[in-house]
Amino acid sequence: MTTLPSDPVLTKEGADLRDQAPGAERTLLIACGALAREVLALKQINAWDHMDLICLPAILHNTPDLITDAVRAKVAEHRARYPNIFVLYADCGTGGLLEAACIEMGVQMLSGPHCYAFFDGVEAFEARGEVTSFYLTDFLARQFDAFVWHPLGLDRHPELKDMYFANYEALVYLAQTDDPALTKKARACADRLGLRFERRYTGYGDLARELAKEASQ
Amino acid sequence: MSDEEDDIILSELSDDELVDQMMDDLYDGLKDEIMEAVNILLERSWEPYDILTRPLVGGMTIVGNDFRDGILFVPEVLLAANAMKGGMSILKPLLVETGAPTIGKMVIGTVKGDIHDIGKNLVAMMMEGAGFEIVDLGINNAVEGYLEALDKEKADILGMSALLTTTMPYMKVVIDTLKEQGKRDDYIVLVGGAPLNEEFGRAIGADAYCRDAAVAVETAKSFMARKHNRAPS
Repeated sequence: MTTLPSDPVLTKEGADLRDQAPGAERTLLIACGALAREVLALKQINAWDHMDLICLPAILHNTPDLITDAVRAKVAEHRARYPNIFVLYADCGTGGLLEAACIEMGVQMLSGPHCYAFFDGVEAFEARGEVTSFYLTDFLARQFDAFVWHPLGLDRHPELKDMYFANYEALVYLAQTDDPALTKKARACADRLGLRFERRYTGYGDLARELAKEASQ
Repeated sequence: MSDEEDDIILSELSDDELVDQMMDDLYDGLKDEIMEAVNILLERSWEPYDILTRPLVGGMTIVGNDFRDGILFVPEVLLAANAMKGGMSILKPLLVETGAPTIGKMVIGTVKGDIHDIGKNLVAMMMEGAGFEIVDLGINNAVEGYLEALDKEKADILGMSALLTTTMPYMKVVIDTLKEQGKRDDYIVLVGGAPLNEEFGRAIGADAYCRDAAVAVETAKSFMARKHNRAPS
């Protein structure tokens, strides 16, 4: 069984989580590092042994303009050995550039604007129209300091908090798992930002559904 | 900051030294020092417009360039902007009194469904510093609000901002409505926001996509100059 790297490794370095040799009958999943734990769990639960996982550094989440080129490079690196590649990113702030690149490269990607939407279910997420909500997933709740607190400079300049968050009303924790400790941590994140806390259990949402569709093909 | 810098007494510096020091302090986001220095220059009979343009706008331009080049990051830019805001709070009433030159008038706002205003606020501040009159509509603006403000304010420029992939298409709704009402050519339309790019700006029919606040200022100035050149004498 593949060993899951630590969150800091998934954040900064990404990971090659393949445990079998490449082959024409196998599918390569190129994913955001923030999805590693969830994808490995789905692989295990569903016995999707024909799927291999490579993760890009999750911190690309904070610099979406770098995502498209990083995905392009990873697809190019593995294209020859994997005829079937599935990019586990949604648009993720690339403004349509990732979708255009995936179409050009002939690879699939997840639909929707970002991981919050596909965990919640893209249609349900859009229907909610929660303009003033700030979202965390399991991964982001664990890595709140690395993805939010530190990059926004709030560790050094807490006075900036209102410049970033004054227009938000709630922190919505989209929970992939039932983990009381993580819920407590997410609630503490809401408190630090001065936002109302809401927990919404999503499970793996459209990530599970899209991977199941891919597995059945 | 070093002990040596801690010992600097702003009022003892010459004008040129003080301007340089203000640019450093702006870069470091030192709001109190900026406000103190603005007051010193006013006491030395500097024109408010000169204080705004030389140390403040000049300093923010350096901040903007270093942000563009990856030397500074968002928190540092916000601190610098906050320091500039402190200086502007002293200068703004004086600029109104002294009738400082106005290059043009801009209505600016974040589009419907989007509450992100950091970039929009930076653009508004830098545009104001560069001599534009700004009507800031804030966040979450529907097409009706934009059109009403453009008409009421007799604006030259419409600035729209969006941070989300899901909200940026709304800019096209606004531009298409302007076209439908035959008003598109009455305004210079500038768009900006993290997920946008030049191609998107062109596709929705904007006059220009502006990558950052400094680009927005230069683009607006350039379009206004062309507009004046076109105007009948």
